[in-house]
Amino acid sequence: MTTNALTKPGGSGRTGDKVFSTASMAAGILILVTLFAVALFLFLQAIPAFTADPAEVSGGKGFLSYIWPIVIGTVIAAAIAIVLATPVGLGVALFISHYAPRRLAAPLGYVIDLLAAIPSVIYGIWGYLVLAPVLVPGYEWLNANLGFIPLFGGPVSQTGKTMLTAGIVLAVMVLPIITSLSREIFLQTPGLHEEAALALGATRWEMIRMSVLPFARAGIISAVMLGLGRALGETMAVALVLSTGNLIPSLIKSGNQTIAAEIALNFPEAFGLRMSELIAAGLVLFIITLAVNMVARWIISRHQEFSGAN
Amino acid sequence: MSTTTLTPTPTPTRRNRLSKGRLPRWAIPAVGLAALILGAAGSTLGGFSVASFLIYAALLFVVGATLATTAVEGRRQGTNSFFKYLVVGAFLLALIPLVSVLYTVLERGLPGMTSDFLFHSMNGMTGAVDNETVAAGTPVLGGAYHAVVGTLLITLCSTVISVPVGMLAAIYLVEYGQGKMLSRGITFFVDVMTGIPSIVAGLFAAALFGLMFGPSTRMGIVAAVALSVLMIPTVVRSTEEMLKIVPNELREASYALGVRKWRTITKVVIPTAISGIASGVTLAIARVIGETAPILVTAGLANSINFNVFSNWMATLPTFIYYQILNPTSPTNIDPSAQRAWAAALLLIIMVMVLNLGARLIARIFSPKTGR
Repeated sequence: MTTNALTKPGGSGRTGDKVFSTASMAAGILILVTLFAVALFLFLQAIPAFTADPAEVSGGKGFLSYIWPIVIGTVIAAAIAIVLATPVGLGVALFISHYAPRRLAAPLGYVIDLLAAIPSVIYGIWGYLVLAPVLVPGYEWLNANLGFIPLFGGPVSQTGKTMLTAGIVLAVMVLPIITSLSREIFLQTPGLHEEAALALGATRWEMIRMSVLPFARAGIISAVMLGLGRALGETMAVALVLSTGNLIPSLIKSGNQTIAAEIALNFPEAFGLRMSELIAAGLVLFIITLAVNMVARWIISRHQEFSGAN
Repeated sequence: MSTTTLTPTPTPTRRNRLSKGRLPRWAIPAVGLAALILGAAGSTLGGFSVASFLIYAALLFVVGATLATTAVEGRRQGTNSFFKYLVVGAFLLALIPLVSVLYTVLERGLPGMTSDFLFHSMNGMTGAVDNETVAAGTPVLGGAYHAVVGTLLITLCSTVISVPVGMLAAIYLVEYGQGKMLSRGITFFVDVMTGIPSIVAGLFAAALFGLMFGPSTRMGIVAAVALSVLMIPTVVRSTEEMLKIVPNELREASYALGVRKWRTITKVVIPTAISGIASGVTLAIARVIGETAPILVTAGLANSINFNVFSNWMATLPTFIYYQILNPTSPTNIDPSAQRAWAAALLLIIMVMVLNLGARLIARIFSPKTGR
């Protein structure tokens, strides 16, 4: 009599099941442990900067007044990047998913992936040596016509190594992240929804507004948040492009600084208290990104019904 | 069977009913031409430049074509064409930096792509050597072989660490942990980890290894750990998204046939999602292969070749580029350094492109056939 595989006790694969579920849970826990270690370590190393005599901290007025200008600088750079990159990125994603000829869509998607793949240091040297000089006439025009707004106050930097240039370079770097993620989501829109809208006589834009965008809303937000996270923490592009200085309102003058660039430019020579300061700056950056992600998470959790796994 | 008689087709002299109320075929090109002419005129008024000409022309075209469509075809069609032009315009706009970066890297990098650059390190290269080559007009010496070796080894190590961990964690999240506290915690903290700035990850790895092996331990594996911290959340997120969109019907069908859960996952769920997972992993590798900041604080900068990730400083292409631009080998003659930096940039882009292409091929080979 042959044994029946279905009734055999402890049938094949039970061990596999156990091993697989344990391994996957262990991997998940490892991630939690790693993150906890990162936060703990940054905090422990940063303590000296918080407790030090204010006069000994860079700037001589304590840690808060040291960190405040570069926090604002970081936020400004990331804000410029997101404001510029979000509409363009979503447009590109829509173009690839719904406007480009079907035959061209895949190659065009690859082209945009290539933009994502270009390393940040290459964007950095491109922004420094190619883009910044090109933008100077544009900045002069902005200063001449909109100079009454503090954002475009003069005198214009003649090298073009300004906050706005850094923001534009960051926008270029963030763009493919927003595009590739939202494109994936746009392509997942149920075909029946789109066809139903078209069959009711909707134009292409109405179809996108009625079926694609509602479906993709959570995905778009998470794409933008991921882009924001990268813009906030991006180091090399800012370190190479921005001619750093004190916090100033003008975006087209030399000045301002971001946390990540501050760390990268100073860490190699730092020791003692200076190192603690930089690590504390890293901790602040970490907390900012944490806050951004928590907000993103909260928004996405309100739209969970659009997730595919239901 | 219906026996309705068709009305005779309208005579060719009258306009077709179906095309009534539509813009004639020549209208949009005509608007485009007018926009080009007016744009040229407008930009000439304030001192001609290519940039202002293109900006004026594009604005005029979008406004003109939208107004024309609205006037003839109605408001809905007008809105439709307005967004069509915006979307196409966004795509063209996004191509400008891409083309500019690629052109610059090719133009400035190709002259430096010599066999000397590819197969020699910077060992023994000093400012004096660069000054001599500039004075004598001989080819630039010194290359990025050591950096290529470092980049490949460090990236390989971090991929080997991150891909299994990331994929298993994603599988846990989607297949095992639905609704559990732990799963929600992991999802949340993976998101947090996605936002870890690369330099913070570098600081973490440096500090971790500094604790274990003494302060300022710098070697390839430290950099690999730093890059893994950056890579794991990317892998988890993309894998998770892809696993989530695998239809539940497939899983249920598999369970209904008596297939065990882990066999269902490895034989049904993952193969269905593999193309997306591969593209996610590629993006993750592409992100870390060009990371500079974590390498600066974990692997240092070497001028000679080092094949061992477990000892001594190691150079990578990004740090090589960064230092060649920021601190040229010879401060008085920066051209040789710039040439090496751009050649290294070209090499890095080629590596990334090959990776992308490879992953795309894998994705195509493994992706299930769908109706779309």
